[in-house]
Amino acid sequence: MIELLAPALLAGLAVALVAGPMGSFVVWRRMAFFGDTLAHGALLGAALALALDVNLYLAVVVACLAIAAALVGLQQQRQITGDTLLGIVAHTTLALGVIAISLQKSVQVDLFAYLFGDLLAVNWRDVLALWAGAVLILVLLAWHWRALLSITVNEDLAQVEGVPVTRTRLILMLLLALLIAGAIRTVGVLLITSLLVIPAAGARRLSRTPEQMAALASLLGLASVSLGLAGSWYADTPVGPSIVVAAAVLFGFTLLRRPDS
Amino acid sequence: MSQLRADTGTLVAVHGAGLSYGAHSVLDDVSLTLEPGRITTLIGPNGAGKSTLARLVLGLARPDRGRVTRRPGLRVGYMPQHLQVDESLPLTVDRFLWLAAPGRTRARRDALQRTGVAHLRRRAVRGLSGGEMQRVLLARALLRKPDLLVLDEPAQGVDVSGQDALYGLLGQVRDETGCGILLISHDLHLVMARTDQVVCLHHHVCCSGTPEAVSRDPAYHRLFGPSGGMPNLAVYTHDHDHDHDLSGDPHHDHHGHTGDHHHD
Repeated sequence: MIELLAPALLAGLAVALVAGPMGSFVVWRRMAFFGDTLAHGALLGAALALALDVNLYLAVVVACLAIAAALVGLQQQRQITGDTLLGIVAHTTLALGVIAISLQKSVQVDLFAYLFGDLLAVNWRDVLALWAGAVLILVLLAWHWRALLSITVNEDLAQVEGVPVTRTRLILMLLLALLIAGAIRTVGVLLITSLLVIPAAGARRLSRTPEQMAALASLLGLASVSLGLAGSWYADTPVGPSIVVAAAVLFGFTLLRRPDS
Repeated sequence: MSQLRADTGTLVAVHGAGLSYGAHSVLDDVSLTLEPGRITTLIGPNGAGKSTLARLVLGLARPDRGRVTRRPGLRVGYMPQHLQVDESLPLTVDRFLWLAAPGRTRARRDALQRTGVAHLRRRAVRGLSGGEMQRVLLARALLRKPDLLVLDEPAQGVDVSGQDALYGLLGQVRDETGCGILLISHDLHLVMARTDQVVCLHHHVCCSGTPEAVSRDPAYHRLFGPSGGMPNLAVYTHDHDHDHDLSGDPHHDHHGHTGDHHHD
């Protein structure tokens, strides 16, 4: 059993570890729907990777960044508000991705695996790539932590104090795209947002500082992946949804505790 | 190079700056210089463009017309009018100050001591009262050892004795560090007593000079009414349609004035 589950577990843990601090930023900056939109767009990137026979992770990162840039451009006009715009882009790119994948003739592609993840299908090469990506994201996060936190608290104050606001925002966007690229094979595009948001929301009630919240969110994410995978093994349920349900149950437990502040 | 030395000379100079949002002109031909060791107060009714002018000084906005020059390497401490931290972000006062001054626990404690809120260091930023938040924000601005301190409505939500203490503290900071201070205010009587230069703004500079000179200026009285400078003037903070709009004679002759009025 352990030989079979080890790659899946290690892959899931890599994603959950990074999803802690990244999810905290998504919660703090109210970017949940934005993250969801990037994730939906990731499917289009995956479809293009298959069609053009290029690296999946690279294609997904590029697709996410292209969508983020398009959103910034579209937000310049004021008639359609941000959340409507996100809804339009999220579902359009999702639909295009599904169509593009269904048009693949050469390979039989399991669409379900992209939508809901297929953790049990990862191999040791994927595990290695995921951990390399996780370490990269964590290093970049630590490096820019103060700037990222500064622009999250107040952008004007950050700019006056010399933080390069636009560059820092772009870094956050890039990190989110990297994470989504890594997560697409594990929890799938439809469930990525939940792995970002649910552990962070649970950690909020138990934390007094941003760093505590990020670390606790990682711990809750790690526990969710472990519990979800175990549940999936014994109850023969789909892995991705099982992880999300485990995260939600853990979140439910945090509600029992009275918040400090 | 006419570039000013790093430790003396004008901090920020605004030359004939103008800024419009669409057809609405917020600032028109505004000039202002900020010098070290001098407290400049910007007064004017709500919507007069005071905060916008402060944003030009801070480099947060660029003028459409004219220009803003800042001394190279200028360190600015900024105290915004409001700062609301999202409920989802757990943040203690100490962590909040850390964003401006990492790794200097001692300095952060001293800054809070200075503004009289040392006891708040471990408290969550959420749940501070308006007056407590103002003092924490001032501590953060001071931590940067600024050459220029910009404070947007610092006395808001603070009672009268608190206001008096705040302005006293600002005077002390100016005397000790020699920094320049730009204050935005619409509560005149306390400010007038403690400031070196008053600039009276209503999209354009109506009048400027020492508090005494400004309080004698007819343009000042047109803007703030005959009781200008008296304590009961606080009522005017909620009264936007003052005589200036209704006088029918906006073409009084003062420097910085273009006769180009925009009222909302």
